Amino acid sequence: MEKLLFFVPDQASSVASSVDLFFFFMVAVSGFFSVLIALLILFFAIHYREGGPAAEKLRAQREEIEDPIAHGHGRGAMVLEIVWTVIPFGLAMVMFLWGTRLFFTLSRPPADAMQIYAVGKQWMWKFQHPEGVREINALHVPIGQNVRLTMSSEDVIHSFFVPAFRVKQDVVPGRFTQTWFRATRTGTFHLFCAEYCGTQHSGMIGTVTVLEPDDYEAWLAGGGTVAPGQTLAQMGERLFNERACNTCHLPSGEGRGPSLVGLLGSTVKLEGGGTAVADETYVRESILNPAAKIVAGFQPLMPTFQGQLSEEQIVELLAYMRSLGPKQGGATAAALGSEGRKP
Amino acid sequence: MKSSHALAEGPGPAEQEVNYLNADYGIRSWLLTIDHKRIAILYLVVITVMFSVGGMFAAALRIELLTPRGDLVQADTYNKLFTMHGVVMIFFFLIPSIPAVLGNFLVPLMIGARDLAFPRINLLSWYIYMLGAVFGTYAIIAGGVDTGWTFYTPYSTSASQTQVISTVFAAFIVGFSSILTGLNFIVTTHKMRAPGLTWFRLPLFVWAIYATSLIQMLATPVLAITLVLLLLERGLHIGIFDPALGGDPVLFQHLFWFYSHPAVYIMILPGMGVVSEMVTCFSRKQIFGYHFICFSSLGIAIIGFLVWGHHLFVSGQSVYAGILFSLLSYLVAIPSAIKVFNWTATLYKGRISWQTPMIYVLGFIGLFTIGGLTGLFLAAIGLDVHLTDTYFVIAHFHYIMVGGAIMAYLGGLHFWWPKITGRLYPEFWAKIAAAIVFIGFNLTFFPQFLLGYMGMPRRYHVYAPEFQVLNVMSTAGASILGVGYLLPIVYLIWSMRYGPKASANPWNATGLEWQTPSPPPTHNFDRVPVVSQEAYDYEAMGRALGRSH
Repeated sequence: MEKLLFFVPDQASSVASSVDLFFFFMVAVSGFFSVLIALLILFFAIHYREGGPAAEKLRAQREEIEDPIAHGHGRGAMVLEIVWTVIPFGLAMVMFLWGTRLFFTLSRPPADAMQIYAVGKQWMWKFQHPEGVREINALHVPIGQNVRLTMSSEDVIHSFFVPAFRVKQDVVPGRFTQTWFRATRTGTFHLFCAEYCGTQHSGMIGTVTVLEPDDYEAWLAGGGTVAPGQTLAQMGERLFNERACNTCHLPSGEGRGPSLVGLLGSTVKLEGGGTAVADETYVRESILNPAAKIVAGFQPLMPTFQGQLSEEQIVELLAYMRSLGPKQGGATAAALGSEGRKP
Repeated sequence: MKSSHALAEGPGPAEQEVNYLNADYGIRSWLLTIDHKRIAILYLVVITVMFSVGGMFAAALRIELLTPRGDLVQADTYNKLFTMHGVVMIFFFLIPSIPAVLGNFLVPLMIGARDLAFPRINLLSWYIYMLGAVFGTYAIIAGGVDTGWTFYTPYSTSASQTQVISTVFAAFIVGFSSILTGLNFIVTTHKMRAPGLTWFRLPLFVWAIYATSLIQMLATPVLAITLVLLLLERGLHIGIFDPALGGDPVLFQHLFWFYSHPAVYIMILPGMGVVSEMVTCFSRKQIFGYHFICFSSLGIAIIGFLVWGHHLFVSGQSVYAGILFSLLSYLVAIPSAIKVFNWTATLYKGRISWQTPMIYVLGFIGLFTIGGLTGLFLAAIGLDVHLTDTYFVIAHFHYIMVGGAIMAYLGGLHFWWPKITGRLYPEFWAKIAAAIVFIGFNLTFFPQFLLGYMGMPRRYHVYAPEFQVLNVMSTAGASILGVGYLLPIVYLIWSMRYGPKASANPWNATGLEWQTPSPPPTHNFDRVPVVSQEAYDYEAMGRALGRSH
């Protein structure tokens, strides 16, 4: 596809053309009003210039008759005020609804999206594919596949920005944020950090490479940047056992800690009343600051892992927990090998 | 100060009437003055210095951005330059500019009062400002600060190795100056209006300053608290914002923008007031929709408090909060639209004189319209995802702050210059400068809208080569804009000694400030004025002038 205009970036995602369409609607409406106002003020300022025929004629008339509309008085002026309040209001509501509808699409990852984890740190991007492949400052994705990015930061706030996808999401330390896209064109596109993060902020850039599905599989098989030999979930399971998490978090739920089977995405009852949705940020907090939220029926026994796990290791644990799947599957039912493409 | 001094001595003392400028001499008479007009001059001097400093930072940024590589300055230096450009321009120039200079000078004159309600607090405000400026200057000399003017956490509390504490402390201090100035204007407007000067006979400039003062009083304390929390975390490692200490970094953004979005209206509302005064004067016609303009000022002040979350659309804030903030942001745009339409309608069937202040008015309406309309792009939450943190945002807020607020400030400075100094500025040079500012401004900032849509992030020292052409255009525009700002500094200072003497009312304007000599006597009015008509009755004035000819 040829570029529309030089300042419109490549349209390489499923949402790019709808964002551009909305943008051009906005350009049309605001262009119309800018030109209208500019022409009116120029016309009035020249036509009614002091000493000009129109101004002198009005001056002579004004001795006798008053012109209520010109003075902002009376019914005519009130009608004008209402018109230029109601029309902008109506247009503003159209813009609001259109922008909000677009945002619902942008902010809700489809259920079938493949999961990739991203970690931002001063000043690089690290990506972890479910198959275990890791990349730095580069992200390879297959065309036509919904990709959900779950992101966290090791230090300060960063922002994941791919102009060709019209996607941007802050990456905030202490929590997980997410975004999603479906690439529609193969090629290599800019990846920028959009939130100022210190000295090399403008160097915290990379590329997103969109590959045909076969090329993507070949790329994965080639091991990407770092060949792991294990899936992300398998690495998480190994870590889970190494750190002896498995001694308390028994799959049966009879251990000293709650079972983690089917936990992700479920709602848990908390000690002292109340509930919490066990999303990624909840799990992260429970690992780093276990005393913050205690699941009903359990003791606050777990030690903190603050400072002992890197963001990547937390991501591995999350991938493992995700692989433990929904509750009905049972503890070991989730097939580790095929978990990669599951939500 | 020196030049004002010279002005007082310029003409023969025998023919010179006693006014606020020549009533007393010497540095003490200025530094210990409680005359609102002299305090306005004190502010004028220091904010002009601050504007020049902030402008030099901007010049260095624009030169660096001529090439995609980082070849003029190091990355750290670049980061400090844009941070200090923002801090100086926002906290030390834009926020005090129109209120502290024109507001201080004009509010008592416009309402027929001898001074502000609390003249000593007014002087105290200036000293607090100066104390803040001392800390700010110290921060710059001690190595500068690199957090961005927004001081986002946890970068500012845990990562930055620069002068964060002194800079934040400077902003904290200068906030109190702003609060006290606002307090003074509010009390003055309530209690000191001349007999007959009802609320709906007030000049719209006073309405605008009143609305601004409300924001200054209510929002600035939140900034002060936020900055104290930031200092506590950075200095004492008390976990408030940094998640490593158990804090929440997004909380800082909420608190910061709760002040800093209303602060945008602190910067633009007074400019709207200035434009309302000038558009009616140079159209020789009563302003269209007086009540709509004054209520739209209040509307902006109130709704402006409820839109801060539109800075956080991609920060991880809840989707539903984002939608609500988007809706409220559209609502706050309506009063601004109403103002633009009313100003335009004021021109209709007027008798328009193309004097310098009017050229600034026409420029203001055009540029503010573009700035406001591009705000609608950013309020659309789905479009903001692509545009936020890019040059589109930079272009948008410079159209409001520079195309709007500074154009209005310069126009107002020219409009009231005869009243302030008793001298007329050179009209030819002023028109040339206004045209240069308009052209230079558009060439600087319009390309940045395109850069933003292309995806160039803000605060980038090094950038992708495809962004270069537009950056070169922007830098070329900035050098033209710089000339446009230097010219008035030169010819206005020149006019203080050599400009023709101004009459009491050189523009034949309505308004009490024009009914007293230029420059006004220390006590403003020989007799307390009595007001018996609405503001801006230019037709009646025109008829009176016509008969007397």
